[in-house]
Amino acid sequence: MKRANWQELIWVVIIVALAAFWPMMVNGYWLGIGVDMMMYIALATSWVLFSGPTHYISLASAAFFGVGGFIVGTGMSDYDASFWSMLALSALVGGVLAALIGLATLRLSGVYFVIFTLGLAEMIRNLVSWVQNNFLGSRGLYVLTDFTDTHLYWMLLATAAAVYVLGWIISRSRLGFALRIIGGDETVARHVGINTAMAKVILFTTTGIFGAIVGAIIAPRWSYIEPNQVFSPQLSFFVVIMALLGGSGRLWGPVVGVIPFLLIWNWVDANFPHQSILVLGLAFLVIVYFLPHGFVGRIEQLRAHLRSRS
Amino acid sequence: MVDILVSGLLLSGTYALVAMGLNLQYGVAKIMNLANGEVLVLGALASFWLYTTSQISPILTVIMVIPVAFIGNWLIYRFLLTPLVRRSKSQGALEVDSILATFGMSFIFIGIMVSIEGGFFFYKYLSEPIQILGSTTSLNRLVAFLIAVLIGVGLYLWLNLSRPGVAVRAVSVSSEASGLVGINVPQVSALAFALGGTITAVGGALISTFITLDASIGVVFTLKALIIVIMGGVGDIRGAIVAAIILGVVETAVATLIDPGLTLAAAYFIFVIILLFRPQGLFGRRPV
Repeated sequence: MKRANWQELIWVVIIVALAAFWPMMVNGYWLGIGVDMMMYIALATSWVLFSGPTHYISLASAAFFGVGGFIVGTGMSDYDASFWSMLALSALVGGVLAALIGLATLRLSGVYFVIFTLGLAEMIRNLVSWVQNNFLGSRGLYVLTDFTDTHLYWMLLATAAAVYVLGWIISRSRLGFALRIIGGDETVARHVGINTAMAKVILFTTTGIFGAIVGAIIAPRWSYIEPNQVFSPQLSFFVVIMALLGGSGRLWGPVVGVIPFLLIWNWVDANFPHQSILVLGLAFLVIVYFLPHGFVGRIEQLRAHLRSRS
Repeated sequence: MVDILVSGLLLSGTYALVAMGLNLQYGVAKIMNLANGEVLVLGALASFWLYTTSQISPILTVIMVIPVAFIGNWLIYRFLLTPLVRRSKSQGALEVDSILATFGMSFIFIGIMVSIEGGFFFYKYLSEPIQILGSTTSLNRLVAFLIAVLIGVGLYLWLNLSRPGVAVRAVSVSSEASGLVGINVPQVSALAFALGGTITAVGGALISTFITLDASIGVVFTLKALIIVIMGGVGDIRGAIVAAIILGVVETAVATLIDPGLTLAAAYFIFVIILLFRPQGLFGRRPV
């Protein structure tokens, strides 16, 4: 194994350790932002895990996230289950859901997958509302725990770190190699004997698991949960835009995308609340036309430029 | 039962029209347009706005929408999408780029529409009840259906009988081969994209006479149009019509028999079945 690989992991450990002190240095507003950032870093990194090598755009993040939040809500509110058992259950359900979606769509070309994920969160929200209204009686769900924002922040940090390490392991495994070939040319991959559908389904399942886990962890923050809130489609767009802004070519891409985007977004939302959706659209166009490989692409360009000069 | 069939069929007329528009954009211009639903809602907004502010009949709006939507979509293709077509090395890369770009455009459209009208596009036009085959429905549904059929037939004849129509169909079969036989592929693609967008906007103006829309509902229509196109087979107009009828009737059945909130779930259900059993479309052949 190359030394640079281990070096990367050591950097991750140092950064995670430093990031863990954030809640002790700030409070209130900035701690809230920290929780948001960790949430999106975890979601965007797990998005890159799948979409980075395969180039399949998944708009399903909100669906998994919502499933996680909703399971925690239902379990704790209606069945007096503990938070941790519901967290485990959400991971399971998120994984199974992703595997089923993957099996139905990932055997075919990428377009079918994008279309399927496009309305998925909305469709699940409709189904959940319908079940709630007709069979459970319409009422909100309460999630009451002793967790503070600091606890949530640490749990999300741990999740994000776990996603990163998993991604690091996968990229060094046979599976990661197979995925890179699929991303390069799927026909070639099939011809050299890679079970392309299986590789994609496995990766997409991990995305589903982590999406549901993040949704479950965030649930205590709201304390009162209803389907319209946890299945907000906007979340999927945010995840995609942040991951692409950072650059989906590297696992650390999302980190450099999430932080600036969230800061700008909070500023826009506070000052121009009615134009925020317009800004979201412009951000997409900026990425497509000016930053096709995200910040990571620019950074690496700059690095290559400096190296060729020296 | 007859009620469901009648209103399902009337609904499917506009669905088929919108799917034809998307088919032109995806099948010919090779742009997967996720802003399709927003263009539809823009058409609906035009008809709502003109009717409520200056009592202009939606049918007149349909005629006015045609040149505006055509020019607008042509400009979008020419200045925003052509650079992506040139830059892309493969069909796959173009798909990813066009999905992201049109996705961004869809948000910009929503932002513009919200600033014009934040609430529901509610107005009453030709809502007198009428009887068809013993089932009661409203006149505006029938009028929208008839106009949709008229435009659809016109488009079909144009594609099959005129010279530019044949060029459009040729590009949809193979853009490389069409280039070789002297068809100006970029020009025909731009034409197809603009035409597709126009038809979608017209469909939106028609739908708004009997369904109340709002600025953010576009994605639902994008999804329905995509499902119809996939079910019918990309580029297959006959398939799209049959698929639109299936979707229109199934949706109406679910809405009346179970719950109106489940129409999207019904569309997904059809979509999953198609993906599992006939991903090449209803009448498509299995790729060898």
